[in-house]
Amino acid sequence: MGWLRPMEMVGGKFLHWLEEAGELLLLFLQSVLWMMRPPFRLQLLFKQMEFVGVGSLGVTILTGAFTGGVFALQSYHGFSLFGAESLVGSTVALALTRELGPVLTSLMVTGRAGSAMAAELGTMRVTEQIDALYVMAVNPVQYLVVPRILASVAMLPVLTIIADFVGIVGAYVVGVGLLGINHGIFISKIIEYMDFSDISMGLVKAAFFGLILSLVGCFKGFYTSGGAEGVGRATTRAVVLGSVLILASDYVLTAMMF
Amino acid sequence: MSETGNIIELKDVYKSFGAQQVLKGLNLGIPRGQTTVIIGRSGGGKSVMLKHMIGLIKPNQGEVLVDGINIVRMSDHQLNGVRRRFGMLFQEAALFDSMNVQDNVAFPLREHTKLPERQVLNLVSEKLGMVGLPGVEHKMPSELSGGMRKRVGLARAIALEPEIILYDEPTTGLDPPLSAAINRLIAETQQKLGVTSVVISHDIEGAFLVGQNIAMLYQGKIIAQGSPQEIRDSSDEVVQQFIHGRAEGPIEVI
Repeated sequence: MGWLRPMEMVGGKFLHWLEEAGELLLLFLQSVLWMMRPPFRLQLLFKQMEFVGVGSLGVTILTGAFTGGVFALQSYHGFSLFGAESLVGSTVALALTRELGPVLTSLMVTGRAGSAMAAELGTMRVTEQIDALYVMAVNPVQYLVVPRILASVAMLPVLTIIADFVGIVGAYVVGVGLLGINHGIFISKIIEYMDFSDISMGLVKAAFFGLILSLVGCFKGFYTSGGAEGVGRATTRAVVLGSVLILASDYVLTAMMF
Repeated sequence: MSETGNIIELKDVYKSFGAQQVLKGLNLGIPRGQTTVIIGRSGGGKSVMLKHMIGLIKPNQGEVLVDGINIVRMSDHQLNGVRRRFGMLFQEAALFDSMNVQDNVAFPLREHTKLPERQVLNLVSEKLGMVGLPGVEHKMPSELSGGMRKRVGLARAIALEPEIILYDEPTTGLDPPLSAAINRLIAETQQKLGVTSVVISHDIEGAFLVGQNIAMLYQGKIIAQGSPQEIRDSSDEVVQQFIHGRAEGPIEVI
């Protein structure tokens, strides 16, 4: 039945994908369960918040500043064709707060922290450190996964609001400083067109992306097998799957919220 | 208290990974207060069997009884209660590489007791002294040799003075004097703490040295169990070939 091979391959891939989605969901449910059981490991939580939040500050600021700057530059060229330069500020501000701030920040943190979570948990898995936690009657989901998820959900909105702000500053520097848009107009148009809900919805998205990137990173690490090569594979897949899920869920969330 | 005096019992345990059948109807009892050594070929499922005893791996079929209670269907939360009675030394020690030796050994104490920090640290030095490594508290696991890591792993395993200690190949990969030292540690720990020990090994000499009870795992089953003398006198050709380390015999080597 050679002609069935392609179907088998597609079906097999689909089944594998379903299985993985199920396991991811199970890990999430377990995390929620263990989140509510004492002991509450605040020290581990703060450590992860420092790693995810403070540690990602530099790349977040750089990403925000350059995105805002280049966005101002590009939109200025477009808008100046029909004399709408005054809208550069508000356009950039809206795009940043609603989309680019949360999405780009989350993608950067996925590359930085999501990958590290997969690598760290993966190494702990292949060297039996996760088994050692089980043996010492400490649940590894509670000890390792819960603090990472909570820290990411808490810190992504914070990073995003920083990226939003720095991005608008970047746009201001380019728009007002380099391209000569009037300072007052730049600011007043932002205030005129931007609602508080633009910012808050962006932050809700960021929190959700934080959940995705940490859950995927922990999931790939937690179920690593196959030594050093397996850890490498888990790390790569955590970044790829995390990024894809962030981009895909961004569309769904945006469609639902705005 | 189980009637037979066995603290752990595996009953008709089957386990396979994918197409590979590892345990095929395994039956084994671990007598209370003794050291049981399980010998068998590398890759023959000894570790898998050991991990069944503490619920790290669940069987496809069969029962695992600890003090007569089946742990197979327990949730992780329920298993935690059972696991507190165990200590386990992993093959590569499985020390937390993000923590120094002191924090590693203190880990179970800090998790499961409310002892004041001073007492925790005292206990840590006491346990490190017991395994012959005083004063390494502030080293990281990566700074230790394989043998030292195993000894720290043992210190961590006995930190809470468990009733049962599981050893996963404690002497594999160590030089002969160090193997002897570890074997002596196992014997001493058993005598001092009066624990039940289960040791996995393919080091025959060590097995006869530390074991009061020896079982041989072959092709997914326990094919012989008894005192060292009984095992030496076994008429089973597989057992004889294995304990004498011969290439010829019923065990297909290559």
